[in-house]
Amino acid sequence: MKTPLLPANTAFWFLAPALILIVVFFFLPVAASLLLSFTDFDIYALGDHERLRFVALDNYLRLLGDPLFWTALKNTLYFVLVGGPLSVAVSLGAALLVNHRLVRFKGLFRSLLFLPVVTTLVAIAVVWRYLYHPRYGFLNYLLGLLGLDTVDWLGDPDWAMPAIILMAIWKNFGFNMIIFIAGLQSIPVRLYEAAVIDGASTWRQFRHITLPMLAPTFVFVTVITMIGYFQLFAEPYVMTQGGPANSTLSVALLMFQEGFRWWNLGYAAAVAFTLFLIILTGTVLQLRLRRREI
Amino acid sequence: MRLIGFLLMPALLGACGGDREKTVLEFWAMGQEGEVVQSLMPEFERLHPELQVKVQQIPWSAAHEKLLTAYAGDAMPDVFQLGNTWIPEFVVLKAVDSLDNRLTAQQREDYFEGIIETNEIDGRLHGLPWYVDTRLLFYRTDILVKAGFSAPPKTWNEWLAAMAAIAALPGGDRYALLLPMNEWQVPVILALQMGSELLRDEARFGNFRSDAFRQAFRFYLDIFRRGYAPAVSEAQIANLYQEFASGYFAMYVTGPWNIVEFEHRLPKSMQGRWATAPMPAPDESYPGVSLAGGASLAIARSSSRKDQAWKLIEFLSEPEQQLAFYRLTGDLPARRSAWLHPDLATATRTQAFKTQLERVVSTPKIPEWERIASKIAHYTEKAVRGELTEEQALAALDKDVDRILEKRRWLLRKRAP
Amino acid sequence: MAVFSEKPIKTLLLHLALIAAVIATLFPLFWMVSVSLMSSAEANRFPPPLLPAAPTLEHYRMLFSRLNLAAYLLNSTLIATSVTVLSLLLNSMAGYAFAKLRFKGRDRLFRLLLASMVIPAQVAMLPLFLMLKEMGLVNTYSGVIVPGMASIFGIFLIRQYALSIPDSLLDAARIDGAGEFRIYRTLVLPLCKPILVTLAIFTFMGTWNDFMWPLIILTDSDLYTLPVALANLLGEHVQDAELMMAGSVLTVLPVIILFLVLQKYYIEGLVLGSVKE
Repeated sequence: MKTPLLPANTAFWFLAPALILIVVFFFLPVAASLLLSFTDFDIYALGDHERLRFVALDNYLRLLGDPLFWTALKNTLYFVLVGGPLSVAVSLGAALLVNHRLVRFKGLFRSLLFLPVVTTLVAIAVVWRYLYHPRYGFLNYLLGLLGLDTVDWLGDPDWAMPAIILMAIWKNFGFNMIIFIAGLQSIPVRLYEAAVIDGASTWRQFRHITLPMLAPTFVFVTVITMIGYFQLFAEPYVMTQGGPANSTLSVALLMFQEGFRWWNLGYAAAVAFTLFLIILTGTVLQLRLRRREI
Repeated sequence: MRLIGFLLMPALLGACGGDREKTVLEFWAMGQEGEVVQSLMPEFERLHPELQVKVQQIPWSAAHEKLLTAYAGDAMPDVFQLGNTWIPEFVVLKAVDSLDNRLTAQQREDYFEGIIETNEIDGRLHGLPWYVDTRLLFYRTDILVKAGFSAPPKTWNEWLAAMAAIAALPGGDRYALLLPMNEWQVPVILALQMGSELLRDEARFGNFRSDAFRQAFRFYLDIFRRGYAPAVSEAQIANLYQEFASGYFAMYVTGPWNIVEFEHRLPKSMQGRWATAPMPAPDESYPGVSLAGGASLAIARSSSRKDQAWKLIEFLSEPEQQLAFYRLTGDLPARRSAWLHPDLATATRTQAFKTQLERVVSTPKIPEWERIASKIAHYTEKAVRGELTEEQALAALDKDVDRILEKRRWLLRKRAP
Repeated sequence: MAVFSEKPIKTLLLHLALIAAVIATLFPLFWMVSVSLMSSAEANRFPPPLLPAAPTLEHYRMLFSRLNLAAYLLNSTLIATSVTVLSLLLNSMAGYAFAKLRFKGRDRLFRLLLASMVIPAQVAMLPLFLMLKEMGLVNTYSGVIVPGMASIFGIFLIRQYALSIPDSLLDAARIDGAGEFRIYRTLVLPLCKPILVTLAIFTFMGTWNDFMWPLIILTDSDLYTLPVALANLLGEHVQDAELMMAGSVLTVLPVIILFLVLQKYYIEGLVLGSVKE
């Protein structure tokens, strides 16, 4: 028998602590953020609440006319659309390798490749800054060995984002790899056995069995990767501060700078909500698209 | 359990015993200064045995947000360092205490007028300059000589003539002047030299289509149009020092920190071949004005130890401490008397800054200035790249700045009904 | 099947590829440790040295003696442990309730929670800061701990696992007259142990590695967590590669050890969390 969620019900007492915390420390601030985005809360209002005004959609309109926002959006899309698929591809490649039936010590390889995921981003950013060092860095040393020109990875506006993407893929691919491995292991072996009997090549097996069977995993992986990548923040914050020439300024970093550096809370909240709307649209779009494909 | 208690005991006792009567002052300082200033503290604590200073070092990149979050979270230190362009914001927030009753008239006179003036908002002093900076001309003496100039330019016309002569020198890919086009400083300096007000009606509106600003802006753009300066932003200059040494550019408008950098990073053979000079002026009033920059020390209004905090500020402002600080960091002293010491009096490259510091003016003292400055940089770059005409860039700048100042206008209206 | 006699070359190539991938993946970590043991300025050479000429612990000593690293280590441990213990309790209660207790609108409520996981955490951050200010929690450990005490993901993870507990078991206990809390404590918690371990690792690592929130909420350097302190250090010691690397090693080491010891739980949990109903 179902009863309403009231103090009389035991379930209430089980749920209350967690739900109250989530409501107070998440839903309430989100709602407040929405309200904030319709005001001109700034440094003046911080000093004296009399100086706060309701401005309706002004912040959102200002956003659309702000070249910095468009730069940030462009950079974020660059990161999502280039870094996202690359990261998924590397994860899938690694999963296929580790999970190959001829491979031994699967567990060991899986764990070692996974290691970067658990590391602390700030510490890793420190390491990569030195790998990217224009003069003493290892990457430029390798390029030199290959006879290529060296690159000022984090100092050149054209290379800074690729450098961030490379680091992000290194840091994250293990996560999706594990999910792909689980997906691969759930594909019934008999499908492949039947294909072998039919004389299908490895490529055809991959194309006609592995990929379609992996489709649900794929949807999941792309969606969470996209959601995560849209929120790009700590990498540029630690590595480049959004520079050089704003080439690594992301939307989340812009929000942070507007909000906590300049204390334009109203405007920053509008940036945050716009980011949310973009992510939501992206997610819904992806799910729709994939659903049709499957 | 008991064992741990015993182990902790001496530590706890020690902590209470020695420091019982000491007042702890919280002091936030930024970047290198934050690290270096700790070495001056033992002397201060020796002079004031009742005080103990806890220095917290904050990276410059996070300094502004740290101060504002500390304000918002009621966690301000007693004394803190702040860039002098930030003072208006902290005054709006009522976060800093006035120093009017603390600084004597005699002490005040020892400060560079243009610099201390940046610390005065609505006629009241809110911070005390700690070290100062401004921008002036760094140049290659050998290249200027080769181009027929034995002395640095004193007027805009001489400056243009020198640039033309350098550009005409043989030897391919070279420029007379480096002006990173994403920086607002040089266009603003030129405009201030022309007497532009930047903002009008008590900083209610942008004033960028005024004659003064327009002429300065045109002069600036002309330098690019004539090919005297490369159209690059700061990030595109891979190695500034190498490029200066190779003669890619012969002049550069920059600040005192580059004296140290140039001395360290330029090859030895280059050391006798560069110098500094005050800014040229549009007319005969050499030197032309430049920006009043630097960092100040302020007392938080929330502090309950304001008198002790002032002692620390006074100590750091003593000429000897200013000199010690200069030796440690290369930061220029804010007090004129410190400049009389032989260490500074004989440093010719630094002395140019002394001359310049007597001729500095501040940018508009309103909290919106940083945002306005970034707009100036943005539209200047567009005009240099030719994406906007001079007229379009200035009109767009006025429009954006008017929008930024909208809240200020509303507040002024509200205050004076 | 006689795999190895069948395709020896292919097997060899696959393993070579995997070893190459592992080397590329682990190289930054290896280099981090190696540079941290070099004497000052040794890393600023060209070509970059792979191993220290004469390994030294001077940078580690400096971190502990002059830069107060022990305090940050303690802060991070304290915060991560508190969040882990508290969130384990609250999330397991809620997760169990969503899986096994009956009440009106249960599934709708759960779906609402799940859907809200799309909202980026940054959206809530600004008002959350102002709110914690009103509560007097800015610049306190609690300011970091309290908002992390309950997580939707944690509730989700526990619920997925708890669904597999047979109802008959719970009903039997009820017939024996056990109260709901007793059932939860003596029956559900032991049964959920594997997933509790998983969630504990996730939470601990997530809190340990978290950067943005402690950066915002902690203003006093005595309270800094390791990542915040490290970022702070980076602002001042950019040139001291060896010192920064030593700081990075100390920050990363605890989580890597934790992972290697408990990896079985970690990876199982990750897979469970990604499987949708």
